[in-house]
Amino acid sequence: MKESLWILFAVLYVVLAPFIGGLIAGVDRKITARMQGRYGPPLLQPFYDVFKLLQKENMAVNKHQQFYVLSFLVFVVVAGAIFFAGGDLLLSIFALTLASVFLVVAAYSTFSPYAYVGAERELLQIMAYEPMVILTIVGMYMVTKSFNVVDIAAYDGIMFLKLPAIFLGFVFILTIKLRKSPFDISMSHHAHQEIVRGLTTEFSGKELAYIEISHWYENVMLLGLVFLFFASNPILALLVVAATYFLEIFIDNANSRLKWQNVLFSSWVIAFVLGAGNIAILAMLI
Amino acid sequence: MSYLPKSPWLVHYDASSCNGCDIELLACLTPLYDVERFGVLNIGNPKHADIFVVTGSVNEQNRSVIENIYKQMAEPSVVVAVGACASSGGIFRECYNVQGGVDHVIPVDVYVPGCAARPEAIIDGVVQALDVLEQKHKDRKKGAVGRV
Ligand code: SF4
Repeated sequence: MKESLWILFAVLYVVLAPFIGGLIAGVDRKITARMQGRYGPPLLQPFYDVFKLLQKENMAVNKHQQFYVLSFLVFVVVAGAIFFAGGDLLLSIFALTLASVFLVVAAYSTFSPYAYVGAERELLQIMAYEPMVILTIVGMYMVTKSFNVVDIAAYDGIMFLKLPAIFLGFVFILTIKLRKSPFDISMSHHAHQEIVRGLTTEFSGKELAYIEISHWYENVMLLGLVFLFFASNPILALLVVAATYFLEIFIDNANSRLKWQNVLFSSWVIAFVLGAGNIAILAMLI
Repeated sequence: MSYLPKSPWLVHYDASSCNGCDIELLACLTPLYDVERFGVLNIGNPKHADIFVVTGSVNEQNRSVIENIYKQMAEPSVVVAVGACASSGGIFRECYNVQGGVDHVIPVDVYVPGCAARPEAIIDGVVQALDVLEQKHKDRKKGAVGRV
């Protein structure tokens, strides 16, 4: 019975995540506009954008480009499905990293100087956030003695109380993952601070729509990870997820983009101090 | 129905404008006019854009740039000439280096008058461009066109 419930979660994720992710993006744009003193687009605007992109002409630079972009989408979905099926958290995160690498390769395959800059910066971002993600999983393992999401979610007691610093560190790198300022160095959702369009410069029409949909999937999974810190109390967990996302929007609007050196340096310091520090203290307590 | 009119993204190119029209165009994005209400984004990448907004007249140096941007846009797309300069050459028409309006180089779908064009006029021009965009989408579906 339990088994089939988790499978149901995975199926629900695959079917519903784009809708939830798109809605979150819509709320995001609305709140962003309000913070800037504007009225903002309709709530469903992200969906209109994606449907429009699907109706545009297909303009590929080369043949493999679409394959890489589709691989990005597929692996993000696989990563999320593993996560929501209660599977191995490590496997899920590695699938997500593989997906990001596909996006980088897709940008490289276009041979455009702007996409190159974006791709290189995306690699730097991956280097920046990956240590903290791994430390987060290690922390969860130390508390629950399992890498499986099923067991981590079943932990009674609030994991946040054991991993407060790791939670903060994770929220820090979440800013990179959600592509929010000041860490949106490879590509930003706000067009005005871009040379051209960073990583996505050479993608148009359908491909851009796939990238957008993948981001929705990705965001839902990342918020799922935030949920996991408070999983024993679902209502509290949902509140924390909402608060975290609101905080990210606020940070996004209150900051301008940093140089890549600062991004890399600050996230490694955070990973070392908050991530490794928390794990060291935890190890001493056990 | 197409979703094009619901999410028009525009790319703006300043040909040899005096900057008057550019500032009015940017004013459309500010909280006072906030065109993002209608889903309009100033995207800055021709490959993502649906509407090509040009300000200023054409001269020998920017001719190739205008052509280049136009060619990179995915169909269906429309061109809006904002201001007297972009429409006809404006007060610079008689200058030795000025060749005339944007329609010297690429087909223009909507002309926005004014020197400088007011933000209201620009928004009105973009809204008219949306109808053209929808029409082009329908034509494309019928398999009628390529570009001229
Ligand atoms: S139309 Fe007038 S305001 Fe606009 S670019 Fe020309 S001279 Fe400047």
